[in-house]
Amino acid sequence: MTAPTRGRTRAEEPAGEAAAPPRYAALRRFARGYLRRPSGIVGLVMLLAFAVAALVAPSFIHPHDLDVTRASGALMAPPTGAYPLGTDENGRSVLFLVIWGARASLFIGVVATLMTVFIGGTIGLVAGHYQGRVGALLMHVTDWFIVLPSLPLAIALSVVLGQGASSIIIAIAITSWTGTARLVRAQTLAVGARPFIERGRALGASDPQIMVRHVLPSVLPLILVSSILTIGSAILAEATLTFLGLGDPTTVSWGSMLNSAFAQGAVTVGAWWYLLTPGIAILLVVMGFTLTGRAIEHVLDPRMVDRA
Amino acid sequence: MSIPPDVLLGEPLAADPTPDPPSGASGGASRAGALWFYARKLLAAVVSFFITLVIGFVLFQLMPADPVRALTQGRPTSAAQMQALRDSLGLDKPLWQRFASFVGDTLHGRLGFSWQFQEPVASLVGSHLWPTVLLMGVSTVISVSLGLWLGIRSGWRQGSVFDRISSGVSLTLWSVPTFWLGLLLLVAFSVGFGPIPSLFPADGMSDPSIAAAGWPHVVDVARHLVLPVATLVLGDYALYVSIMRSSLIDEMDSPYLLTARAKGLFDSDVRRKHAVPNALLPAVTVIFLQIGGIIGGAVTVETVYSWPGLGYLTYQALKVPDLPLLQGTFIIFSASVIIMNLAADVLYRFLDPRVRAQ
Repeated sequence: MTAPTRGRTRAEEPAGEAAAPPRYAALRRFARGYLRRPSGIVGLVMLLAFAVAALVAPSFIHPHDLDVTRASGALMAPPTGAYPLGTDENGRSVLFLVIWGARASLFIGVVATLMTVFIGGTIGLVAGHYQGRVGALLMHVTDWFIVLPSLPLAIALSVVLGQGASSIIIAIAITSWTGTARLVRAQTLAVGARPFIERGRALGASDPQIMVRHVLPSVLPLILVSSILTIGSAILAEATLTFLGLGDPTTVSWGSMLNSAFAQGAVTVGAWWYLLTPGIAILLVVMGFTLTGRAIEHVLDPRMVDRA
Repeated sequence: MSIPPDVLLGEPLAADPTPDPPSGASGGASRAGALWFYARKLLAAVVSFFITLVIGFVLFQLMPADPVRALTQGRPTSAAQMQALRDSLGLDKPLWQRFASFVGDTLHGRLGFSWQFQEPVASLVGSHLWPTVLLMGVSTVISVSLGLWLGIRSGWRQGSVFDRISSGVSLTLWSVPTFWLGLLLLVAFSVGFGPIPSLFPADGMSDPSIAAAGWPHVVDVARHLVLPVATLVLGDYALYVSIMRSSLIDEMDSPYLLTARAKGLFDSDVRRKHAVPNALLPAVTVIFLQIGGIIGGAVTVETVYSWPGLGYLTYQALKVPDLPLLQGTFIIFSASVIIMNLAADVLYRFLDPRVRAQ
């Protein structure tokens, strides 16, 4: 139904005004395709729930709820009416902690991913466009980084950079950009072989112009999918690094909750509410990103349906 | 769950139905080609190790503010003493000299002196190496076997109930941090939870009350191994399932499988003797390339179970932070990944006659 409509719009309207309607039509087609995938909807709902909870958290959680000196609950007590998910070793509500923790975990996950995709995308685009020595050198650098063991490198980086969210973000970005770089390079090479690039070159476009105006728009959908999938692994990496005690000790995140649960003996006490809650939060969010990313991937490239 | 060995290594060379068989290269030329191949791979590994040393040097020698201050932290030290320490560490020398002596020391196995253990890093690494090799070796063998077996079953009947359940479980396990699975197993099976009694010990690698020799010791270590290995298998096997599954799906439409079926072979023979050997080749390479990511699991899982390996040593080093020790474990981890990749290249050439012919 939609394809003929798009064709007619293009044919009938003058070139200058034709740009908008096909774009909306494509968007509508994308939304319709996405809504046909139940797993994608489930993923999106999971993500929206956490995003909303993280955003509105300050309206119902007061700073003194999270202040260890003012917490009033029993210490590491199982769930009760007032504390639906029990309390931590300081008598704070685990429910409040896990909602507040979503803020740090999601923020670090998203910012680290933006940085990962920026580094990986730039290197991949340049390596794919300049196929001579520059491209070869960049791919060699990528291969060296792929070989490096990511967690030991991330640990070393965040230790050397000092405790804090920014060093964790940098550590995640530096250890995870290689996948994006390879993906973007492969796509750039594929796009570069198509005639419209040659046309642009014939019309006298410079290399940066071709890269940004012609290649980048064709690579963007792929970058979008890859970054949504990367957010999931960045959140896992954040949880791992903060679990090891590398995060900012004053910030509540899911990894830091698991760190204090482990350090304060929640394991020996059998405080399942304290151990389960942050892990389930991580599970739901990472799964949400994975399901959403895969659904978008399938809608954008139906050939992938059989593969994933 | 035992896997018949022939499913995994079903005569890859004999049964390989290569579409375009290698043209008969003469013996001498192919031997020179093999030498050239190994030399190139070895050179690449050496370059990778050199890059690791550069990164290690930048991270641990250049970026930290002042090692002397870190060393003398909390102790009354005069300026003259600090200068003497700085001289003994060679911090005032030009950069290239510092790098050259760093590379020389590392190549001679002098990895520095741990600040917290007051022991050479090399001997610490040496005494913690084998527990990690044991843990990672056992868990990798189990998770690769399990992953390949499940991946073959899922890929062969793509979209079947088995495939769907397997994918769902894989996705769930992929979405949680491995150390969290470790914490849950620790609560459930070691501390004991509810009706479950304490089944397995989980503190370290052996019980100090049992003599470190003979059969009782072996049983004791095996019992300590169960939970960390189970954690690592749960955390990693899904990766191998997806690699093997997509590798097998790539082979599914190949004409040689149609030929095999047309010959009237049983479905299981088509899978075992024709599809799997070909699908294994790319899978093996990808699996070896994942080692760099998997080795990180050693750090968190060893921490959770206080397993006395390199990962737990890394954790102890980052707590302080003990930079020489951290540098030592970083170099050892990187070197082991580089060696595994080299092994993958050699193995791939051994397994795939097409690569040998090139």
